[in-house]
Amino acid sequence: MKIKILGMGCSNCLELEKRAKEAVKQLGIKAEFEKVTDITKIMEYGVMSTPALVINKKVVLSGKVPAVEDLKKLMK
Amino acid sequence: MDIFYPIKIFADWLIYNLFSLVKGGILGEALNFFIYDTIKIFLLLAVIVFAVSYIRTYLVPERVKKFLSRKFEFLGNMIAATIGIFTPFCSCSAVPLFIGFVESGVPLGVTFSYLIAAPLINEVAAALLWGLFGWKIAVIYIASGWIISVIAGFILGKMHLEKYVEDYVYKIKVSQNLRLKKKTQKERVKEAYEEAKSIIKRVFPYVLIGIGIGAFIHGYAPENLLTSIAGENNLFAVPIAVLIGVPLYSNAAGVIPIVSSLIEKGLPLGTALAFMMAVVALSLPEIIILRRVLKTKLLILYVAIVTLGIIFTGYLFNWIL
Repeated sequence: MKIKILGMGCSNCLELEKRAKEAVKQLGIKAEFEKVTDITKIMEYGVMSTPALVINKKVVLSGKVPAVEDLKKLMK
Repeated sequence: MDIFYPIKIFADWLIYNLFSLVKGGILGEALNFFIYDTIKIFLLLAVIVFAVSYIRTYLVPERVKKFLSRKFEFLGNMIAATIGIFTPFCSCSAVPLFIGFVESGVPLGVTFSYLIAAPLINEVAAALLWGLFGWKIAVIYIASGWIISVIAGFILGKMHLEKYVEDYVYKIKVSQNLRLKKKTQKERVKEAYEEAKSIIKRVFPYVLIGIGIGAFIHGYAPENLLTSIAGENNLFAVPIAVLIGVPLYSNAAGVIPIVSSLIEKGLPLGTALAFMMAVVALSLPEIIILRRVLKTKLLILYVAIVTLGIIFTGYLFNWIL
C-alpha cells in the first residue's frame, strides 16, 4: 500500500502522519509512506484543504485529522 | 429570563454552601466567577461548535469554489464572506485554498472576502463572546467581521491586483478528478460530533487558563486599572491595541476571557473587540505563509486593509456603545 500525506508541513500534517503510521502499525499491514510538501504537486491532486491523505493514488480525505480508528477503516 | 440562571444557582451553591466561602469575599467571588463562566462557556461552545461543524459538512471548499467562480461582484463578496463565517481556517490550508479558488476563476476580490472572513469570524470566538458579554456582542462581532470582509474584498477586487499574485499560481493545474462522496445525514452528524469534540478538546485548556487569569483580574486587580491608559479619552488606544494584536499568534480561546475581565477595569468595549479581532484575523505565521502566493505589495495591502477595517470597527463601537 502506498500512503501519501499532502501538506506543507503544518502541525496538522505532522499529526496526520503520526496517526496514519499508528493505524498501519495496528493493522499490521505493509505500507510505504511519502510526504508531499510541494504545493504544485499537492494541487495536482485537486485538494484545497490540507492535510490530505492519498492511498494508492486516490484522495481519501482532505482538510481533517481523523482518529486512528477512522484511519484504519480507510486503509482496509 | 436568563437561560444561564441554573448555572448561577449551581455556582452559588457550590462555593457558598459546599465550600462554605464567605459571600462577597475576594476568593469566593473569584472562584464563583470561575465556576460559573467555565460551565456556561463549555455549554455554549458545545452547542455552537457542533451546529457550525454540521453546517460545514455542506460547505466543502471544492464545491464552494465552483459556486463562487460564477463571477458576480459584490454579491459574490457577500456570499464568500458568509461561507467564510462557517469555515475554519488553519494557516496551513490558506495556500492550497487560495490557489484552488484563483485557478478555477473565482475573482481575486471574492477570494479575499473569503480569506478574510474565514479566520476573522470563528465560532469559538463567537461562543466565548456570547458567554462572557451576551449574545448581542456576539452578533455585533459576527456582523462587523462580515462587513469588513465584504468591503475589504470588494476594494481589493476593484484595484485589479492580479499581477501581484505570484506567477506560478496561474500555471498550476488543479486536478478536477477529485470525486467527493455524498454524505448521508448520519455521517454528517457523526462528522460534526467528532469535529466539535476535537475542537473543544483543543481549545478548552486555553479557555480554562484564560478564565482563570480573568477571574484573578476580576478579584484582585484594582478598578479603573486601565481607564487612564486605555480609556475612551485616549484616541490612540484602538490603533495601538490592534497593532499589538495583529502579530500575536494566540488563539481566541485564551485571549477573550482575559480581555473580558479587563473591560471591567476600564478598557472600552470597542477597543477590546478590535484587539480580539486583530488577534484572530491576522497572525504572523499566516502572513508568512501567504507570501508564497502573494507578492509583497499585495500582501501589505491585504494586511493594511484588514487592519484599517478592524481599527474602524473599534472606533465605531467605542462611539455607539
